[in-house]
Amino acid sequence: MNRTYDVVIVGGGPAGLAAALAAKREGAERVVILERNQEPGGILNQCIHNGFGLHTFSEELTGPEYADRFIRKVKEEKIPIFPGTTVLAVNADHTVTAMNSREGIVKLRAGAIVLCMGCRERPRGALNLPGFRPAGIFSAGTAQRLVNIEGCLPGREVVILGSGDIGLIMARRMTLEGATVKAVAELMPYSGGLKRNIVQCLDDFGIPLKLSHTVVDIGGKERVESVTLARVDEHQKPIPGTEEKISCDTLLLSVGLIPENELSIEAGIAINPATKGPTVNERLETSIPGIFACGNVLHVHDLVDYVSEEAAAAGKNAARFVQNGNQNSKGKTVVTVIAGNGVRYTVPSVIHPENMNENQKIRFRVGTVFRDVYLSVYLNNKRIRHKKCRILTPGEMEEVILKKEELGSDLHPEKITMVVEED
Amino acid sequence: MEKRELTCIGCPMGCLLTVEKDEIGVQSITGYTCKRGRIYGEKEVTNPTRIVTTTVRVQGGVHPVVPVKTSSDIPKAAVYACMEAIRTICPKAPVDAGEILAKNIAGTGANLIATASCKALETCRNNPN
Repeated sequence: MNRTYDVVIVGGGPAGLAAALAAKREGAERVVILERNQEPGGILNQCIHNGFGLHTFSEELTGPEYADRFIRKVKEEKIPIFPGTTVLAVNADHTVTAMNSREGIVKLRAGAIVLCMGCRERPRGALNLPGFRPAGIFSAGTAQRLVNIEGCLPGREVVILGSGDIGLIMARRMTLEGATVKAVAELMPYSGGLKRNIVQCLDDFGIPLKLSHTVVDIGGKERVESVTLARVDEHQKPIPGTEEKISCDTLLLSVGLIPENELSIEAGIAINPATKGPTVNERLETSIPGIFACGNVLHVHDLVDYVSEEAAAAGKNAARFVQNGNQNSKGKTVVTVIAGNGVRYTVPSVIHPENMNENQKIRFRVGTVFRDVYLSVYLNNKRIRHKKCRILTPGEMEEVILKKEELGSDLHPEKITMVVEED
Repeated sequence: MEKRELTCIGCPMGCLLTVEKDEIGVQSITGYTCKRGRIYGEKEVTNPTRIVTTTVRVQGGVHPVVPVKTSSDIPKAAVYACMEAIRTICPKAPVDAGEILAKNIAGTGANLIATASCKALETCRNNPN
């Protein structure tokens, strides 16, 4: 069966829902969301804790409540969602091949495509953990799904490696469900999680956070029986003699998220090695015209509110692409955005000043913790921003807003460089 | 005089606060670098509260559990008692998001509210969408 749509949205999580809504409101008539799960909402469905939506709705919602706000609007706008539908291929010619158990293989033709596939957890295999492969080792997100959706507790005595927010949230969740969380070990000398989560998920329950520690051995052959932690030096190498064996039946891994870009790569979309997401321009358009990306497939976000905001921009731009066609006509000024000293990446990485809105948001993350520094923005070699920051941490996404007039083409802008400076 | 060390949760700075308190009340707060820190320090030693989010078992639903929250923040000291009370609650499907599943949970004054819907298994079989 062949069908034609204005905008095809790949993924029905927070990014997909917000992108679909914005595309429809911008005038795209035929918008469709393809969702692998039976229900939309994505990872929010298993994030049952509160703290979502403070920026968007000025109130604290749980994950399912936040998702429901958007799902209701999507239904009001009569945007169809195809549940249980796996996208097999996104192609540069704007066709999408998908599959579900009702219709088999389906081919869709799209005026524009928005990639909203989200991210995945870094697995054990990416960590070089020694030991056997016993049962009882889970990624924190898997454990979250088991407890909050499947209603089962994956273990009774738990050690968590990695202090990302999902690991911290699961430390509290499993404690409330009757498990004992013996320690959270973090390789780095600082936690990647929010302060609020360290206090309310660990300190509240007396769970120790062991910074500069890692797992050096996992005991047990059939089931995890113990985990050995050791302190690491400044090169993240375990220090002999600091080993501590902790008896437990479960090890949770909360060691980072990676954008899920198999479809993007097969489509031939250029990937930014720093974010592992597509490189995008000021309209969140990938290296293939008319294919846009937003949310955690583009770069891993800290707050869902920012995902919704970014996705709304991508959806709007996708609708405009359908109405106005390709805006990347040759001869336009191209400004490269460079992540300089201290800055790990920027989104977008390319700006066409002529296509810019009045205000252009540049989101970025820093590579390590900085205190009492300046964040500076250079246009060519001229410093145009110099903002004092008391603290910058890798766990928090930062942003600067550039104005269109600052990049006027008479200035012959070639590059924008973002750097962290001492003074 | 009781002395408590706290980490402020107001922002990523995570200022280390020291709060001294006696029978009359908070006597001193040090270590904060903004107004939010002082307010947090005072509340956290005099009346710490938390919203509890967890799940309850559902009878005859498409999912075995449905997520719930307390309608308002409850005293931190009542969190475990609240969890015990929540464990005894087992609603029949269907459950609607926003539905009150228990009133005045564990005597805290807060109600227990479903934060997602759970369809009943039968309706789901008859109507796959």
